[in-house]
Order: sequence, then structure tokens, then C-alpha cells
Amino acid sequence: MEGPGPLLSLPSRPRRTRFLHGIGGFVARRMLFGVATLFVASIIIFAATQALPGDAARSILGRNATPDSLAALRKQLGLDRPVLDQYTSWIGGVFRGDLGDSLDASRPVTSVIGEPIGYSAFLMLLAGVISIPLAVVLGAASARRRDGPFDHAMSVITLALAALPEFIVGIALVVLFATTVFHWLPGVTIIDPGTPPWTHPRELVLPTITLAIAVTPYVARIMRASMVEILESDYVEMARLKGLSERLVLWRHAVPNGIAPTFQVIAINLAYLAGGIVVVESVFNYPGIGKAFVDAVHGRDMPVVQALSLMIAALYVVLNLLADVATILVSPRLRTSLK
Amino acid sequence: MTDHALPLEARPTRRARPWLLLLERTWRQARTKVGVVLVTLLLATAIIGPFFSPYAPDAPVQKAGQFALPFDPPSSLALLGTDSLGRDVLSRFLWGGRSVLALSVLATALGVLLGVAAGLLAAYSSSLVDEVLMRTMDVILAFPQLVFALVLVATVGPKLWLLVLAVGITTMPRAARVTRGAAVEVVQRDFVKAAEGIGVPRGRILFGEILPNITSPLVVEVSLRLTFNIAVIAALSFLGFGLQPPAADWGLMINENRQGLLGAQPWGVVLPVIAIGLLTVGTSLIGDGFARAAIGIERRRGAE
Repeated sequence: MEGPGPLLSLPSRPRRTRFLHGIGGFVARRMLFGVATLFVASIIIFAATQALPGDAARSILGRNATPDSLAALRKQLGLDRPVLDQYTSWIGGVFRGDLGDSLDASRPVTSVIGEPIGYSAFLMLLAGVISIPLAVVLGAASARRRDGPFDHAMSVITLALAALPEFIVGIALVVLFATTVFHWLPGVTIIDPGTPPWTHPRELVLPTITLAIAVTPYVARIMRASMVEILESDYVEMARLKGLSERLVLWRHAVPNGIAPTFQVIAINLAYLAGGIVVVESVFNYPGIGKAFVDAVHGRDMPVVQALSLMIAALYVVLNLLADVATILVSPRLRTSLK
Repeated sequence: MTDHALPLEARPTRRARPWLLLLERTWRQARTKVGVVLVTLLLATAIIGPFFSPYAPDAPVQKAGQFALPFDPPSSLALLGTDSLGRDVLSRFLWGGRSVLALSVLATALGVLLGVAAGLLAAYSSSLVDEVLMRTMDVILAFPQLVFALVLVATVGPKLWLLVLAVGITTMPRAARVTRGAAVEVVQRDFVKAAEGIGVPRGRILFGEILPNITSPLVVEVSLRLTFNIAVIAALSFLGFGLQPPAADWGLMINENRQGLLGAQPWGVVLPVIAIGLLTVGTSLIGDGFARAAIGIERRRGAE
């Protein structure tokens, strides 16, 4: 990419001039913008981990390191080379699928984070599959019984649950269902490396519920707000006047349109699940990328920290992109305005 | 603020009172009152709690030359039992709220200050400056707050100023978006044009003219950000990157005393869990009270 940098040349909102027209153009623009975001994010990660004054070699060896050993480790980590050089070789490696070697485990980062990615993906998928339909149903039901007792109760409950930090919910569930009040479920995950996560259903229950509690309230609140608006619209009134049952009006006519605005929120929430798993996996000792990340921070394992933080940022960008495209595709009004 | 002679009709109506109106309407909501009670309770625990602490927070419980055992259940010696090192759970709880509160309030203040400045500037500047500022904010948004903080902690180490800085920086883009969103519409109004016309300096226009007109969305945003920042700060100290032992801190306590859950001494975990939980619920109830009041005022204004 030439010129003053991609950020400057990319209007994200419709402005006076717009290159790339139509839906395809919109998607292409969003993708370019996503790539630009990731590029800057990679610079931030790199600057924070490698170019900051407190360097990795010193923090690994501690205060009493001899100048010789510091110099040796710096050479081994490549810290003695020019900063730009270090960055290009790091980012070049990322494109080739080579994330460097873990300092702690002395094996390639890809092999350190490979298995945890699978574990985390499964946990996030499970939490998403449970919480999103649940949130859509709860939100639609609240909107239908607007200002009734159910709606008020939901409003307070979702507000409170949304406010609770994930690790507080996780620990509370452990106290309630694993260690102190009841002894129904395991409070920590003990999984032999190499076994797939779905062979441990009991261990998955509490982490999944914790993440679901983190996601459901937001999506339910947005769904409710969007449905309240739609239930007052003319076409819903029309469907009612045609004599359709309220249930049919709600689920067949209103919900499909009410879902569109929630895509953004769902995407942002799924991306924040990636932040949530960092602490939730640590609570349950679940062997995913969140725990790997915290372990890497404890061990000052910079290559792993860099790789995982870039991956989490990429996840955010990709999910947002998907949400933008999905919103456009399902809303007729937006679809035609882009033509 | 109204010292420059503006024509009367250029001033927003009821200029002196929107604040009072917002507060009054917010207080009328039952949820605000519940939130205020919760937050007051926990603030009091954190601030004056240490004066009622029966033991020193960082020394083992000791009476008549006899040391208490780790994870002792509640007894007359230690009302809520002891922790992983035989220290008094109640004392550590009473001492442990200050750090969570102070760090999250500082981080929120820093983040909102930066975010409001960026948002106002973006709303009031040329589209190029606006675009560059807000896209920069978008990049920071790509990192979950906790992940951003952990990346910095990995390099610099668990320093308290670093936590405030990291959480503040990640608060900034969120506050900036809300500020810009609300200010864009205010910038177009006549009284801003009038102020420009008589040569009021840019800074005065941003903070003297525009800022007072977007207080409602900002107050809502501040309480939302505070709620999340309490969660992030507490999570960081739970993960061992906040205050370092032997300091007393709610997040750290939960981490230290998890072994006690397996025995008969859950209090070292349960107490701080309840405190952090109620604190975040309280701040979010207050925030929701503000949000509802602001919507109500907006509706009434629209109906006029």
C-alpha cells in the first residue's frame, strides 16, 4: 500500500467521495479497513512488547543479571538488531505461520498455542450456541410483554448480570455448585493433554455457564430495544390486522427484522468473549488460550504474548467484519441504499 | 460561562438547570436508590473499614503467644476465620477495598478525560482530523481491556501506575465514541456558531460551550466505564498482576484463599466476591438510573 498510509485514505462512513461501490465494494472497503486496523494493532503489540524501555531480556533475567548474560540473551532474542528489522522479521514470520520460539517451553509458539486454540474455540462456540438463541428469545419475550412484570424483572436481572465481572460469576458458581454449597460439578478442569474437550462434559458446564452469563444480558437488552421499535412499526400492525396470531406476528414477522441490529452487539460480545476467556479459563484452570496467555505473562514469554494478543485482535476485527456484512445482508433498507 | 454577550435566543433553554433536572429525575428511579445504597455501603467499607479492623491485615492472627492456623473456620479469635497464611480474613477484607476503588476511579478519570478531549476535538475538527482520531481509537478497541493491560504488564511488570495507564488508555476510545456521537449534533447548533462568530477561542468553545450540552450521555458513560474498569482492575489483581503480597486487596484475596474453598473456610473468597459483585451492580444501577432519566428528559424535550 502506497501513500500516507491506509488509515487516512479510507472513509468508513459514506462521505462525499467513495471508491468501491455496491455491496461488494462495501465488503472490500471493510476488509481493507480491517487489514489496516490489524496492521496498526501489530505495531502497538510490537512496540509494547519489544520496543518499550524495560526490555524483555532484563525482565526475564531479573535485576541481578550480569551484563554479559543480558547481552547474550538480547542477541538470542534478536533485541540487538534495529527495531524496524525486528518488526519486519516478526510480522514476516506471522505471515509464514512462524511465530518464533517460546522462551519458556523452548519449542515453537505454534505448538505451544495449537492445542489451547482448539480448547478455547470449543468453549467459546459452546457459550455462543447457548447464549445467543437464549438472548434472542428472552429479548423478544421482554419486548412483547413490555413494561409488564416479566420485562421489569428481566431488565433488572440482565443489568445486574451484565455488571458482574466474569471471574466473580465464575468463582460464585464454583462456591455454589462445586465446593461449598453443593458438590455437583468439578470446580477445576483436569484434562489430559491430547484428549478433545468434548470428552469432558462435566468440566465444561461451569466455564460455559460463566461465559454465557457474560454474553446473554447484552444481547438480550439490544434485542429487546430493537424489538420494541419493530413491534410498533406499520408492517407489524398490518400483520396483526390481517388477523395473524400474536405469536406468529412476533416470531415470523418481527424477530427476523429485530435480529439485525443485534449482530453488531453479538460480534462485539463474541470478541469480548476472547477477553473473558482470559480470566474465566484461569478461574477454572481450563487449558485454552486464555490460560496460556496468563501463563505467558507470568513467565514473561514474549513470543507467546505477542502471538496470542495479535490473534485476539484479529478475532475482533474478523467478527466485526462478519457482523457488518451480515447486517447489510439481512436488512433490505441498508442493502438498497448501498446500490 | 455565559460571560460573552450572546443574544438571548442563542442560548440553550433552561441552561442553568439541566444538571439539577437530570439528578432529580435520576434519583426518582428506585434502581438509583438501590445502587446508591450499595455503592455507599462498599465505599464506607473501603474507606472507614480499616479503622474497625481487629488485627493487622498482613500479620498472622496471634493471641497469648498462640498463632492461628491457616484456613481456620470462624471462631471467637477470628470472626470470619483465617486465610491461607493464618491472617484474619475480616481485617484483610476491611483493608482490601481501597486499592480496587482507588485504581479503578483513577483509571476511569484518566480514560474519560482523554476520551472526552479526543471526542470533542474529533466532532469539532475537519473530517480528516476526525477520521484519523476516531480510526486510531478503533485500533485500541480491537484489544479487550484485560488483554491490552496484560501485554503491557508482560513487558514492564505488575506496576500500579501501569494498570491505571493501561485501563485508562483502553477506556479512552469508548469514551471518545460516546463524546463524539453526542457532540457532533451540538456542534451544528446556533449558539456554537455565535460563539465562533464573536471569536471565542477553540478550547473555550469545546469545553465551555459544547461539553456542558453533552453531560447526560457522558454521565451515563462514566458510570458504565467505572463498572467495567472495576471488573478489569479486580481481575488483574485476581490474576496476580495488581497489588503484590502481602498487601490486602479483594482481588488478590480471592486468588490466595481458593484452597480454603476445599475445606471449611470459604469466607476468604466469599467476602471479597460479594463485595466486588455488589460494587459493580451498584455502579451499574446508578448508571442505568442516569440513562433512563436522560431518555425521559430527551423525550419531553422532543414533545415540546
